[in-house]
Amino acid sequence: MPTVNMSVNGRPASGEVEARTLLVQFLRETLRLTGTHVGCDTSQCGACVVHVNGSSVKSCTMLAVQAEGAEVVTIEGLADGDSLHPMQEAFRNNHGLQCGFCTPGMVMSAVDLVNRNPKATEAEIREWLEGNICRCTGYHNIVKSIQEAAGNMGG
Amino acid sequence: MQDFSYRKAQSIAEAVDAMGDADDGAFLAGGQTLLPTLKQRLAAPSDVVDLSGIAELTGISVSGDTVTVGAMTPHAAVAASGAVRDAIPALCDLADGIGDPQVRNIGTIGGSIANNDPAADYPAACVALGATITTDRREIAADDFFTGLFETALEDNEVIVSVSFPKPQAAAYMKFPNPASRYALVGVFVARTGGGVRVAVTGAGEDGVFRAGAMEAALTSAFSPDSISDGQVGGDGLMSDMHAGADYRAHLVAVMARRAVAAAG
Repeated sequence: MPTVNMSVNGRPASGEVEARTLLVQFLRETLRLTGTHVGCDTSQCGACVVHVNGSSVKSCTMLAVQAEGAEVVTIEGLADGDSLHPMQEAFRNNHGLQCGFCTPGMVMSAVDLVNRNPKATEAEIREWLEGNICRCTGYHNIVKSIQEAAGNMGG
Repeated sequence: MQDFSYRKAQSIAEAVDAMGDADDGAFLAGGQTLLPTLKQRLAAPSDVVDLSGIAELTGISVSGDTVTVGAMTPHAAVAASGAVRDAIPALCDLADGIGDPQVRNIGTIGGSIANNDPAADYPAACVALGATITTDRREIAADDFFTGLFETALEDNEVIVSVSFPKPQAAAYMKFPNPASRYALVGVFVARTGGGVRVAVTGAGEDGVFRAGAMEAALTSAFSPDSISDGQVGGDGLMSDMHAGADYRAHLVAVMARRAVAAAG
């Protein structure tokens, strides 16, 4: 079986995987980082979004072996000890989650947006979230959270 | 997903050799279509040859009036390229509307056109702009490249290296996305070039992307939304499914073409 090596949340991570192992399976089942969720498993819902080399991707639509040598950041890697990342804080302040299932993907997607476009408008935020589905339909507060976080992330 | 042997090629020659050695191999570009296909077991290759380690397949260059996009360049890079926006802004807009941001971050132009999904966006740009597809062994005109539903002129083990787009005088792409999948129910790319107007339609044809000859003739005479009428593309040969009938698709072709012409100016 292939061995993969990557950096996950700043720490080296490696393991033996089948070639067909998805990145999300490696994160959840091998590394036990279960903050990254599997919703639809068909590349549509975005619950599995993580950052690979600084870009948000759907970890259910990437093989673990494709991330060989990459720097991966998951929802577990955002907070600095006990202090939440500004995006997490903003989701808490604005009730940006209901059941919470889509939240890890929403937050990771939103951080990528604000890194690229610190002054994203409401319309741009809504367009960016095309690949993240909230089954509770809580988009209004999710958008509000991202707008607040953008201000607090130095945008 | 059935398991397979995985190999990350470091050169085009290595990729071609690896495919030659495989019983039933598949190239892996961004994987945004291939992996969902494997998950559904619609395909079960014995070998997967990853092209992402081949540096020369990625990148964008503009030379004179030609924009060349490396096969492994992700959609997000095309969408964000200032050089492409200066030369062919319609190409940036098209790339910026493919899938969703996460798909655009990893999905590639080479993967898209090699797959030739009848509802994919890039084939319309390639055909309307008269692009040239460069492979490891030859150059193929876009008009000859897309040969049918999920079919291309690519031979076994042939690797797309890059796609070159000549700069048009004006161009625009308009699509009517399926409300659920966001794939093009109909997409129309209109390009005004020195050799006349070219109109390519995706999402609608039973055999995939096609050129709308009657619209091209009308627009070459007078480049105006008023030159477009409903009868120029009829329902014959268009797809009919639960999302839209052939006649409705034919109507949408005219509507999208009119909007594209207006946007191209």
